[in-house]
Amino acid sequence: MPVLTERKTQPQYDVIVVGSGAGGGMAAMILALNGVKVLMIEAGRNYEPVKETPMFNTPEMGPLRGAATPDRFFGFYESNIGGWQVPGEPYTNKQGTEGDFWWWRARMLGGRTNHWGRISLRFGEFDLKPKSRDGLGVDWPINYTDIAPWYDRVEQLIGVYGENDGITNAPNSSPGVLLPPPKPRVGELLAKKSGKKLGVPVVAAHRAVLSQPLDWKNLPKALFPNNPKAQEILGKDMMSRAACFWATHCVRGCSIRANFQSTTVLLPPALATGNLDIITDAMVREVIVDDSGKASGVHYIDKITRRDAIAKARVVILAASTCETSRILLNSKSRDKAGLANSSGQVGRNLMDSVGTKLGAHIPAMEDLPPMNEDGAGGLHTYVPWWLVHDHAKLGFARGYHIEMGGGRQMPETKSFGYLDSTSPGVYGRKLKEDARRYYGAQFSFAGRGEMIPNKDCYSELDPNVVDQWGIPVLRFHWKWSDHEIKQAEHMQQTFAAMLEGMGGKAKPLSGADAIQRPGEIIHEVGTARMGDKASESVTNQYCQTWDVKNLFLMDGAVMPSNPDKNPTLTILALAWRSSEWMMEEMKRGNI
Amino acid sequence: MSDSSLISRRNALKGLLSGAAGAATVPVIAAPNHTEPAPPVHASRFVFHDPDFTQSVKFPWEKLLSAEELATATALADLILPKDEVSPAASEVGVPDFINEWISADYPEHQEDREIIRGGLGWLSTESFKRFAKRFEELNNTQQSQIADDICDPAKTKPEYQIGATFFKRFRQLCVGGYYSHSQTWKSLGYIGNISVGGPYPGVPAEVIEKLGLQDVV
Repeated sequence: MPVLTERKTQPQYDVIVVGSGAGGGMAAMILALNGVKVLMIEAGRNYEPVKETPMFNTPEMGPLRGAATPDRFFGFYESNIGGWQVPGEPYTNKQGTEGDFWWWRARMLGGRTNHWGRISLRFGEFDLKPKSRDGLGVDWPINYTDIAPWYDRVEQLIGVYGENDGITNAPNSSPGVLLPPPKPRVGELLAKKSGKKLGVPVVAAHRAVLSQPLDWKNLPKALFPNNPKAQEILGKDMMSRAACFWATHCVRGCSIRANFQSTTVLLPPALATGNLDIITDAMVREVIVDDSGKASGVHYIDKITRRDAIAKARVVILAASTCETSRILLNSKSRDKAGLANSSGQVGRNLMDSVGTKLGAHIPAMEDLPPMNEDGAGGLHTYVPWWLVHDHAKLGFARGYHIEMGGGRQMPETKSFGYLDSTSPGVYGRKLKEDARRYYGAQFSFAGRGEMIPNKDCYSELDPNVVDQWGIPVLRFHWKWSDHEIKQAEHMQQTFAAMLEGMGGKAKPLSGADAIQRPGEIIHEVGTARMGDKASESVTNQYCQTWDVKNLFLMDGAVMPSNPDKNPTLTILALAWRSSEWMMEEMKRGNI
Repeated sequence: MSDSSLISRRNALKGLLSGAAGAATVPVIAAPNHTEPAPPVHASRFVFHDPDFTQSVKFPWEKLLSAEELATATALADLILPKDEVSPAASEVGVPDFINEWISADYPEHQEDREIIRGGLGWLSTESFKRFAKRFEELNNTQQSQIADDICDPAKTKPEYQIGATFFKRFRQLCVGGYYSHSQTWKSLGYIGNISVGGPYPGVPAEVIEKLGLQDVV
């Protein structure tokens, strides 16, 4: 991939995009396809999934049989460079905080899109107006109808499999938009049967994986009418993306480009325009502001040479990831000690992650089945959308969760055989092998992803005493769950236990307080520079434009006023596309 | 990595290697125009932080087990997972070497295992010596089993064998994990994935649907 390893940037760009993940990748592609000259600045190294993905590597080809380590938390072959700790780039937690926040970072081109679960759920009409429904948090400045067409476009562009189920607040896509979902695996069918008895709907998951080739002949015309160049580039690019071949887990990335990564779906067409330059290994420190208060560029550290440098443009888009984006704003103090675009005081506040818990069990019905290839789409084929959307008054917690699931005959790993401790204590020799074969593939588990409500105790700020190895002040986090999240976690555990028992397993649900995973562990953190209707209460307007600096936009999870249970990536993509189109109109009108 | 950056990386490495001797020739103040070629990628990529999957990956730490410890570990691994009609012995798929890597890795969890496994191997040697005046790996299968039977089930172990039982449990876990994570054992286990499949995902075979009574949810 042609990136600027030689550091020969142009003196002036139309737009600088900081970050190359979902938001930055989408903004850069839309702008470049429309003739805008863009400089993308990425803090991590260049990363080329087509060449670098260890697609079929087996565990014994890696050290420790590919096991997860503190450096590679999701296994040796996961496609992330970084994680909850990045050498030389610390963060801190404030003394007295109730739960240490774990901050996941990707230091690579494409950011976290190389690594995510590809679960792509639309926010619904209730999700965007939470305060109007239950009085908590804040409403979004948009309705579902404002964003629905952009969801359609994103799903068509990146390719999402799923089905329209007509479930309240789990919106349908327009007809013909979704790709057909893969058939469920055994465990998923058993879960569906169990759910039927409990009234828990198990339906096709929505994931950004090509279950069949994209319609490269028609989609580019539909997505980019009146833009022949974009049609040509996108047509070629879509044609070269292969459909999933039902092998290897998506967490490794995808060398055949069957799933969505910024590096495989957004950046190649963006680069093909000739309108995009990318600098990698460049850590943005702050946004530079001119005498009139407008952003004039960014100040970054070249990590290779350890030189400070400045890049200039007419517009600056921050899409560095939720916390990194607000960190850059807080560190941009040339005019205001509170940081840039922070007249509302909301930058760094309202930090949210998803509520997560998990529970699994041994399912005797899955023992001794004939060998089946259950690799499938490298992630779940079915899920449960929140089904009690009208029952919150009696549930005792205000917001919902969806359920993800997995198990069965997945690639054996070093830690896949813990069940033998309970099924086969004292056994060794031939009998141990017989037991391993009998019980392999008979494990199944559920994981919940729930909506957290923003609260005053969950925020990030600059640590006054600590800088990273580039000399940039680091973030300090503060965290406290409310009862809503704890009770929701408890409900998850009870539901999972009932589902597992319905499948014939024996499960031991935990209390909500014991089951809830760490703040930041679900890696859905959003909210630290929220959008809104009023400059006094929010950082940006509905188009991700900061109220205070008209030519500064934030296009990642930072702008989300709430954190619905649905994974944020699809919405980051939709908002970035919508905002980029509006931004170009504003540039044409001369307002920016 | 693009081809050009691979070449540049080699150059960068060369530069690093000659850095100490050639330091005097490097200008102290960098060129101000910011256009000189920069080394494009990290000169050193720690295997567990940023592996280079285009190369064969090497275990980055010294392996700690001695030849004697490895011999004992091999004998016990093969007692726990012996060769049978459909699958190899543990030592045939590198389980002893995996255990050596595991206990040598420089992470807290692995340091704990190092104490359990090394101490346990020592315990096993002494127990063999006390009972049979030989090392464990020199015992015949019946003699090895006699010791293993006393330590294999933590719930039934006599107090004087508790150290052995703690060791055996962890050793068995590592054995099984190392064994079945090797692709040569997958067919015998019933894992038939990690191959590309054309067309739509086939789903669950009809016989399984019928056996489990899933007709109403397909």
